[in-house]
Amino acid sequence: MKYLMPWALVCALAILTPAAWAGVRVFACEPEWAALATELGGERLTVTSATHAGQDVHYIQARPSLISQLRRADLMVCSGAGLEEGWLPVLLRRANNPAVQPGSPGHLLAATVVPMRGVPGDVDRAQGHLHADGNPHLQVDPHNIGRVARALTARLAELDPAHAAHYRERLAAFEARWAAAIDDWERRAERLQGLRVVTHHEDWLYLASWLGLEVVGKLEPLPGVPPTSAHLARLEAEVAERPVAAILRTGYQDGRAADWLSGRTGAPVLVLPHTVGGEVVDLFALFDTILARLEAVAP
Amino acid sequence: MKPVLFAAACVGGVMMNLPAALAAETDTAALEAELEALKADHEARLGVLEARDTLPAMGAASRSPGSNVFNPAISAIVMGSYLSYDDAPERELAGFQLGGETDYAPEGLSLGESEIIFSANVDQRFYGQLTVGLHDGEEGTEVGIEEAFFDTLGLPGGTGLRFGRFYSGIGYLNQHHPHAWNFHDAPLPYIAFLGGQFGDDGIRATWVAPTDLFLELGTEVYQGGSFPGGADPDFGDVTTAFVRIGGDVGMSHAWRAGLSALWATPAGREGGGHHHGEAVGPDVEFTGDSDLLIADFVWKWAPNGDYRRRSFTVQGEYFYRDEQGEVAFAEDGESAELAYDGTQRGWYVEGVYGFNPRWRAGLRYERLSTSNTLAVDSITAGLTPDEVLDESGLLDGNDPSRWGAMVDYSPSEFSRIRLQYNRDESGHEPNNVWLVQYIMSLGAHGAHAF
Repeated sequence: MKYLMPWALVCALAILTPAAWAGVRVFACEPEWAALATELGGERLTVTSATHAGQDVHYIQARPSLISQLRRADLMVCSGAGLEEGWLPVLLRRANNPAVQPGSPGHLLAATVVPMRGVPGDVDRAQGHLHADGNPHLQVDPHNIGRVARALTARLAELDPAHAAHYRERLAAFEARWAAAIDDWERRAERLQGLRVVTHHEDWLYLASWLGLEVVGKLEPLPGVPPTSAHLARLEAEVAERPVAAILRTGYQDGRAADWLSGRTGAPVLVLPHTVGGEVVDLFALFDTILARLEAVAP
Repeated sequence: MKPVLFAAACVGGVMMNLPAALAAETDTAALEAELEALKADHEARLGVLEARDTLPAMGAASRSPGSNVFNPAISAIVMGSYLSYDDAPERELAGFQLGGETDYAPEGLSLGESEIIFSANVDQRFYGQLTVGLHDGEEGTEVGIEEAFFDTLGLPGGTGLRFGRFYSGIGYLNQHHPHAWNFHDAPLPYIAFLGGQFGDDGIRATWVAPTDLFLELGTEVYQGGSFPGGADPDFGDVTTAFVRIGGDVGMSHAWRAGLSALWATPAGREGGGHHHGEAVGPDVEFTGDSDLLIADFVWKWAPNGDYRRRSFTVQGEYFYRDEQGEVAFAEDGESAELAYDGTQRGWYVEGVYGFNPRWRAGLRYERLSTSNTLAVDSITAGLTPDEVLDESGLLDGNDPSRWGAMVDYSPSEFSRIRLQYNRDESGHEPNNVWLVQYIMSLGAHGAHAF
């Protein structure tokens, strides 16, 4: 019965692995949720982000390091709505961690606590990389950040009941600052109403709805499909008829299509941060930066 | 110790470890009230915020409750190819007893294997997946259950169990389905040592360490009915164990390395002997021990961790096998018994460069070698020892090797078209192979497994 030996080893490791308690470990799929968790939990939390601002979150690989991170997490917070469908399910199955499985208090998807926009009426793969549950780039509306903050605090209090008061106090402090910041942004955004823009991907829908921007067109012919010359030519004709104030893209997207259209139409390219990272040190800086860049091109 | 008793002891031990987790749960009742207060506190503020939104849909939360929403994710993967050979070859690898699916893909245009995959969480405790394979057989379309397995989701301590029928976790490529391979065909070591890919009815336990470095241990016990197991298996005829480590180096590099062992004790394992162009060759049956070791390594590079725009992957595996036992030889009513002691090695290495979001190009080299000792113990009058040794297919020969190059184009994550060339020097005559392959996935989004 030599095959019992490795089984005995796996069994012994399972029994002997200590359930170490070093605060609450939070696994965030995107940096904005990591930043939010840090705002809400402070030093009680150990927070890691699976991705960073330079990556397209649709195309992450289920790397061994991510399996390790999720293995130890007490709480997982992700955008959901299919944004991570290519890798998060693999991580969840490989990490052998019941605390973060769907249905557990340790499994939080932002898409389940905010009103979704861009829910397609009918879904067909010929329409590109569509998300049946709606557009998952929901973090660029600060009201959604507030909604997720409340849900996240409820989960933290549930997972770490001894410090529920701590989380509640931090949430109250964050919400006060956040509400003041939103008032400021919305006041500044009044002159952005109706500003016409072209975007690279469908990733500024929530921002456009919040600020009242008009998205004239997208550089991608279909969501997730790289720009083609035929599509760009059509877009150029459209923009010639209805001039736009700017072409929006994120730092990780290929800049060639945006630069080409900018060269042909004279509209400036704005590289907007879509999450926290680099110069954008926190969530306040995220929207401050977005607002400041848009104000610079507003009439 | 009986396996059943062992399992009971293990489950008991794990349960003893649970009280801490359970204690945390019981406290939550006391906090419900506090949470309710927390929620109520925000309802008012939320109401104000919601009032500003005039939204067309509430997304996932507003889906109409129908029975369909609980349907498993379904995807169908269809793969077809057009192949051209210098000479339509028959698989022969000197010094290896072949088993499993080792035939060359047919010349010309053909629909290879199609797969239909159903997957879903069964409930809060189990995840399940069923893969049905469809392919042309002698009597029309044949249907087979390639995989049908369940994973536990709720075991503590970083452990997980899988049971059912599944591809083994040994090596790197073995667990990947053919549609996820970088090349059209399995590397030579997989064909020679595992009959293409090893899967069987079995049970697996894995443990993932609570460390920054990825460390996973796993072990499997199989019924042993598929190659390199034998035709008439007893439970436990094939067992495996594997250990894997992995991690990131900076933001742009990720790696994984593994060491696996597969122990098989086949009884009367049939394999193709040396045919000499005849339709029916001799019966060659192996009974004994077959111990296989695999070392595997994969390194992936993508600038800034952005795999879509540019990436480079290099992967390689080294196989070492020690076989010892008896070979029974039978042909036209004559028979012989041989003592057989073999050592075989094989390796492959491949590199794939993704130079834009849609295009990739790759190179692969594969090689096998054997060092077998055969001795005729007994023989009937109608056969000569030289004839038996030659036709057993187990004598050392040329060291089979092959190299190939491919370019593939993927308009989206759901389709791929590949052009591949192989210079095949694994058989008697070198062969130039050209092929075009298409891989189409209909339905649910596949996984970006590492």
